[in-house]
Amino acid sequence: MDLGFLLVQSLSGLASASSLFVIASGLTLVFGVTRIVNFAHGSFYMLGAYVAVTLVPWLFEFDRSPLLFFTGVIASALVVGGLGVLMELLLLRRLYKVPELFQLLATFGVVLMVQDAVLWIWGPVEISGPRAPGLRHGVEILGQRFPAYELLLIGVGPAVLGLLWLLMHRTRFGILIRAATRDREMVGALGVNQALLFTGTLFLGAFLAGLGGALQIPRVAVSSQMDLSIITEAFVVTVIGGMGSVPGAFLAAVLIGQLNAFGVLIFPKITLVLVFLLMAAVLVVKPWGLLGRPETAAGRAALPEGILATPRFGAWEKAIAGLAIAAMLAVPVLGDGYAVKVATEILIFALAAFSLNFLVGNGGIVSFGHAAYFGLGAYAAGLLVTKAGLPMEPALLAAPVAGAAFAALFGFFVVRLTGIYLAMLTLAFAQIAYAVCFQWVEVTGGDNGVVGVWPSDWARSRAVFHYLVAACCILGIWALRHVVYAPFGATLRAARDSEARANAIGIDARTHRWLAFTLAGGAAGLAGGLYAFSKGSIDPTLLAIPLSVDFLAMILLGGIQTVMGAVAGAAAFHAIKDFFMPLTDHWRFFLGASIIALVLVFPRGLGGAYGALRGRA
Amino acid sequence: MAAFTLSRRAALAAGAGLAAGLRPGLAPAQGAPIKVGELNSYSRMAAFSVPYRNAIQLAVDGINQAGGVMGGRPLEFVFRDDGSTPGDAVRVAEDLLTREGCAFLAGTFLSNVGLAVADFANQRKKLFLATEPLTDALTMGQGNRYTFRLRPSTYMQTRMVVEAARGKTAKRWAIVAPNYEYGQSAAANFKKLIGGTIPGAEIVAEQYPALGRVDAGATVGALAQARPDGIFNVLFGADLTAFVREGNTRGLFERRTVLSLLTGEPEYMIPLGDECPDGWIVTGYPWEQVEAPAHKAFVAAYRARFNDTPRKGSVLGYVTAQVVAALLNKAGTTETEALVDAFPGLRTDTIVGSVLMRGIDQQSTMGTWVGETVLRGRTGTMRNARYADGADFLFPEAEVRAARPGR
Repeated sequence: MDLGFLLVQSLSGLASASSLFVIASGLTLVFGVTRIVNFAHGSFYMLGAYVAVTLVPWLFEFDRSPLLFFTGVIASALVVGGLGVLMELLLLRRLYKVPELFQLLATFGVVLMVQDAVLWIWGPVEISGPRAPGLRHGVEILGQRFPAYELLLIGVGPAVLGLLWLLMHRTRFGILIRAATRDREMVGALGVNQALLFTGTLFLGAFLAGLGGALQIPRVAVSSQMDLSIITEAFVVTVIGGMGSVPGAFLAAVLIGQLNAFGVLIFPKITLVLVFLLMAAVLVVKPWGLLGRPETAAGRAALPEGILATPRFGAWEKAIAGLAIAAMLAVPVLGDGYAVKVATEILIFALAAFSLNFLVGNGGIVSFGHAAYFGLGAYAAGLLVTKAGLPMEPALLAAPVAGAAFAALFGFFVVRLTGIYLAMLTLAFAQIAYAVCFQWVEVTGGDNGVVGVWPSDWARSRAVFHYLVAACCILGIWALRHVVYAPFGATLRAARDSEARANAIGIDARTHRWLAFTLAGGAAGLAGGLYAFSKGSIDPTLLAIPLSVDFLAMILLGGIQTVMGAVAGAAAFHAIKDFFMPLTDHWRFFLGASIIALVLVFPRGLGGAYGALRGRA
Repeated sequence: MAAFTLSRRAALAAGAGLAAGLRPGLAPAQGAPIKVGELNSYSRMAAFSVPYRNAIQLAVDGINQAGGVMGGRPLEFVFRDDGSTPGDAVRVAEDLLTREGCAFLAGTFLSNVGLAVADFANQRKKLFLATEPLTDALTMGQGNRYTFRLRPSTYMQTRMVVEAARGKTAKRWAIVAPNYEYGQSAAANFKKLIGGTIPGAEIVAEQYPALGRVDAGATVGALAQARPDGIFNVLFGADLTAFVREGNTRGLFERRTVLSLLTGEPEYMIPLGDECPDGWIVTGYPWEQVEAPAHKAFVAAYRARFNDTPRKGSVLGYVTAQVVAALLNKAGTTETEALVDAFPGLRTDTIVGSVLMRGIDQQSTMGTWVGETVLRGRTGTMRNARYADGADFLFPEAEVRAARPGR
């Protein structure tokens, strides 16, 4: 390999890194100040690109000059910054008093709505933006041609970094951002107008995302799937760099850019997972990312965000639970075949969501990758039936075993971390598992998956299978609920609320968390196994990020502060989706709107609302 | 948005009524409609699937005005979004069969969704006409009695472009394909076939960027470094645009033979705009150059009704409706086993010519167009385009028997 090639390849990496940094810097700032895990950041990136492909050609009507091109780009970013302010004022501001995770749910609703709004406004066909005037050509570097525009992009990253440094160190606004990133409560106590600070930060974050998107239009086609392709990578960059650290994000972006540029030469098929391998490695060695700091609040007894009270079922609750179970058992008698199918799925998702809330609500372990254990359970069951020729019964037993085994393996590393870093490590492991299922075509069938995963003959009728699922899921939920009330559950809550104090009274917090992670993985694995048999097939979407996010949405809709909320959330989420899907192509918009409406009306979830009604919240 | 969809449907119905009124000679279909359950990625892959649905509507209205199917009954397609995941699609399929009372299923876009619905159809013993999924497995290793496929498969399209390269001298080949089943199997087919067309051809580089997130600069650099004489491209959609832009600027395609799947389809040509490369050998759909009278009438009707030019999806949708009508007319019943028995050997005169459903692998002989890309004005199109009849590019029967014992 000659020198010119190595240089140009590394310049390609720097150009990608520069774009990635601009986007990730906005994400890291917003998280640092507001602690919001802003899923909608990718949507702002996409909106920046869409606004720019509309605005820039319009400006070109006047004059096709580089100046107008960059004016258009900045103007697009400003527009998107304004949309960020709108989201803060209309939505997030109403949610600062509830646990931080609910804001994640609200931003997820925004993601769904923006996706369909973009399709509606700009249409489904991808749009190629105009090239930048005067920068269309290639520049000869050591015998290799390199795009002039990308040379410019390489400069943009450090320029943004420099400007952000000036902002952070030379302006009052910037100093407040840094202060809030270090200790938000203290900034509030000193009398700083937090609302204004948050609005300003959201503007800056959305502006940077929009700028990142607008700068891409001469390179890529603008499509409605840009948001999802960038958001995970942006999160990876911020986490590797350390959440809240702008220089860290820059360092991580350069690292990932170079890794991708040279990774494709050595492992052309592994681009899917390379960045997640890097993130997992970094987090195992440096739990706060490269340049991040431990959270100041980590030593303090923080306000717990999860199940606080564990009331026993009263007469009302017993009646409701009895009714719900009776309704589920009556579906095959009263409903048609389709109703049975939907009810079966609700039961399965209820078990999966309950197992996730067992981690999130009870253990304070926020997993962004819970679908991994669901999917691995499904794969274990599916592969045993199709490849090993086993009948359904032993395969179904293997599903929770597989889920628990992988949860134990991954959990060993996961429970050493806390907060957002823990969440991102679960995501990294989930993506690695996903990539293995996706890539290992000979065994797993690749992304086509494996078909022919059907129940044994006796359980083949929908009604019988429904009762089998009902028995497994209701027993599973009952058993997990029992654990929540048992001393083990109380110990987990203690470890969640203050690990230091729990350790001081002789509790091995880490081991307890590890066992909890394994148990939840097993329950999710059982749900996954049942799901495989209800669908007849397995494929990598069962471990993919969208399903993990769906599970999170379910427990948040239900309310993470109550024991049974997850079950209600799973039913509500699935019912809403099933209601809108046949009605319109734009069902994601309505699903997102329903989620946002529910978050605003019941900011603590359905379970929280019920608790308030019964005077227990 | 729901209101928008409804009002458009109302407008379509009004338009159909008007058209029916203008042709008094034909008795419109009467009686209970024959329902076909159509599930597709209307939300995620709307650029392809909405023109597809439009054309089905157009064809079905024409069929019903001309007297319907099975001796006078109206044909009706019930459209549903498949959610783009196998899990959602199987639930939607259940909805179509049990609640909507559809006689059989058609559609799907993604290969994993198509395979899951095919297996579901096999389990429920209902016919499934997979219109769009390209994976070879659907009619080969994982084929079943109830599943039929309309569109030319990955293997067939790869073979079309490879044979079009006959006479080229490029020996050193680089492959760039999206990293999922379609890309992987197109690459595997290419490796198998290229030696037969160009003796002594070798593969010198392979790149498999993740679908939808190609790092175009790094990929183009890696391909150029291998100094190939020819490039086989399987990228499409947003990935293709990013790749072509980067490749154009860096001179990757200069003095190289490029074979590319699907690139000539309007769905992918329109976003490329004036970046459309010159002289790539592609499969596609040059709708303005197809001279057959039936096709010209289709184009005129499509443009008049939807105020848009037809896409590849449109032609597939129209042919789907024509084949479904022919199937129902031949079987004379909606009973599944009779339909499944009637389908093999069914020959339909369609707007792309005669289409036969081959019995041995249940793959139709619908073809596609092969030609070279060329930039005319500000958009790309195809030159020297000719219709490659799928019948000439099917899997050899011996290979089908090896993949599907008992056939």
